[in-house]
Amino acid sequence: MIEIRALTKIYDGTPAVEDVTLTVEPGQIAALVGTSGSGKTTLLRMINRLVEPTSGQVLIDGRDTREGPAHLLRRRIGYAIQGHGLFPHRTVAQNIGTVPRLLGWPAEKIRDRVDELLTLFQMEPDAFRDRMPFDLSGGQQQRVGVARALAAKPDLLLMDEPFGALDPVIRAKAQADLRDIQRRLGTTLILVTHDMEEAVTLGDRIAVMDKGRLVQYAPPSEILTAPATPFVRDLIGLDQRPFHLLSLTPAFALAAEGHAAGPVLPRDASLRDALAECLWSGRDALPVEGGGVITLAALRAQAAPAARAAE
Amino acid sequence: MSLRLDRPGLLFAAVGLAGLALPLVQFKANRIVPGEGLSLPAALPMGLLMLLGLGAVLLAGCLRWSSALRLAAAAAGLAAVLLALGGAATSLTPPDDTLARVAPATGFWLLLLAFALMLTDALTRLRPALWLRVVLLVVAVTALAALLGSGLLDGVSVMREYAARQDMFLREAQAHLVLAFGSLGLALLVGLPLGVALYQARALRGPVLSVLNILQTIPSLALFGVMIPIFGWIAANVPGAAQAGVAGIGLFPALVALFLYSLLPVVSNTLTGLAGVNPATREAAIGLGLTRVQLLGWVLVPLALPVLLAAVRIVLVQNIGLAVIAGLIGGGGFGTFVFQGLNQTAMDLVLLGALPTIALALVAGIALDLAAEAANRRAPARQGA
Repeated sequence: MIEIRALTKIYDGTPAVEDVTLTVEPGQIAALVGTSGSGKTTLLRMINRLVEPTSGQVLIDGRDTREGPAHLLRRRIGYAIQGHGLFPHRTVAQNIGTVPRLLGWPAEKIRDRVDELLTLFQMEPDAFRDRMPFDLSGGQQQRVGVARALAAKPDLLLMDEPFGALDPVIRAKAQADLRDIQRRLGTTLILVTHDMEEAVTLGDRIAVMDKGRLVQYAPPSEILTAPATPFVRDLIGLDQRPFHLLSLTPAFALAAEGHAAGPVLPRDASLRDALAECLWSGRDALPVEGGGVITLAALRAQAAPAARAAE
Repeated sequence: MSLRLDRPGLLFAAVGLAGLALPLVQFKANRIVPGEGLSLPAALPMGLLMLLGLGAVLLAGCLRWSSALRLAAAAAGLAAVLLALGGAATSLTPPDDTLARVAPATGFWLLLLAFALMLTDALTRLRPALWLRVVLLVVAVTALAALLGSGLLDGVSVMREYAARQDMFLREAQAHLVLAFGSLGLALLVGLPLGVALYQARALRGPVLSVLNILQTIPSLALFGVMIPIFGWIAANVPGAAQAGVAGIGLFPALVALFLYSLLPVVSNTLTGLAGVNPATREAAIGLGLTRVQLLGWVLVPLALPVLLAAVRIVLVQNIGLAVIAGLIGGGGFGTFVFQGLNQTAMDLVLLGALPTIALALVAGIALDLAAEAANRRAPARQGA
């Protein structure tokens, strides 16, 4: 469990982060969202002490992060950033093996771990182990960057705009893969993003930052339906609200008895996907994989304020 | 293959043909009187034939042949010109005449230049692999050493000067290497940590680099002028200083001067190399838990290595040349011959100092270029942010 208590960072008299308190439960994803200059990156960097807080505390599983040298703390925390920051003069395997090597793992164990991670990230170990970073595509570099962050099996992973450099198609896939891997490993993840869509897709909870302050910290549905301030509402974007909301629920959850014609919707597609499919194919109802149908009326009800009020 | 004109080839031919028309060697009754120029046919029994042969090669070089053929022709031309010089010296010097000198003249230098250019041009076009270029460098140096050791050039004036001073030549060669490499070593010893320190302490960069810049602009003679009294005083008044090698003239001030001139390139290139590392790479390295020392050793220095090697190249080539000036203040090195020769108006003696200096600088420059390229290949992606 990560507990951030009254964390503050002041640069030259101006607070970059001011009195932020929040808790991230183990195995959860917290997304820090905000405009640039909102202090979200500074907040993230204070967790692994890349930035030393002016005041306040960070506790990881009850232990204050200020105990012991910073570099030892960082080796226990995964860290992945935008533009991946891979070492260009080292192979993929050496890059991924960085932290295990720092921790003094035996070579055999490092090699096995590298292969395990490459496989996890759908990169054939024999084909990728000895490649150089410049030899990889943008998506592959990003995956190696995340694999490197996870190499020493950290309980906590920090990510700063990890998908910022990817094009939209690859980004969606990378997000889905990350979510999948995070669920499987049970790693606690704190992620900085300026993209509300990314925050809604990935976050179990979203922390909205504005001018160094934490404005709202809540699950995505609450952020969408009950924004704490006008700033939060603006950040979501009025035109995007219903779609974000629909994207939170998988299709099977709303499937009802019935029969519909046409292509079947995958079981884990979101309601947003269902709406898009209805509109595009001109159908009022879609069959869902594994039985049942989703109707346009049900989708409308789900996105309507009345339905939310009932929740 | 259609025969078309090759423009660089035209230039080489023009230079080479001018060289054939001008005197190949100078025959002098002794080492200081002005001599009489002799062209190739007059200097060698087979001279006319050789002239026609070299002329034909140069003219053929105006047309586009394969680069490999040009390379072979240029190498053969170089060898022929050198052998012609040696042959002319042997045949022109009367037996048992120890005073007469046969010195290379304008024609020889132009021919040497023409074929050297042709060789370089052909090599550039061939784009040989890195390992092949290393082999070529070794072959060229070995061939030159073999030629000098064979005795074929022993009649040439410069080699006669060498023969008269073999022991001294070896000593001065050693001193020259000590000056060039010693000052480089000192500059690296001080410059690398200084560069790293400046990289960490941004505020100090401006002042320190300005001081080094100013040092760099002081003419070497003026620098000696300043150092001679200072070091002289220190040697005379500080106990133990003279025993430690401090002296107003000689090796010590020369070494110090070369060291000071080397500092700027080493420090500024260290800084440039370190600062050129992608900030994301640096940030990720720290975020993963590398210590400061590990960050330098694992990431920053390996990535800055090509730029650091460039600094070593600049400094080494610069110092091999600059070390000549040490001859002026009794610091030894090839400069000793240059200044002795100038004083005696004996150009052959000047050449005895100048030619090895040039050769040394050339070989060091090429060798370090190759090393830098090898390092660059290991760390190729100096990607921007």
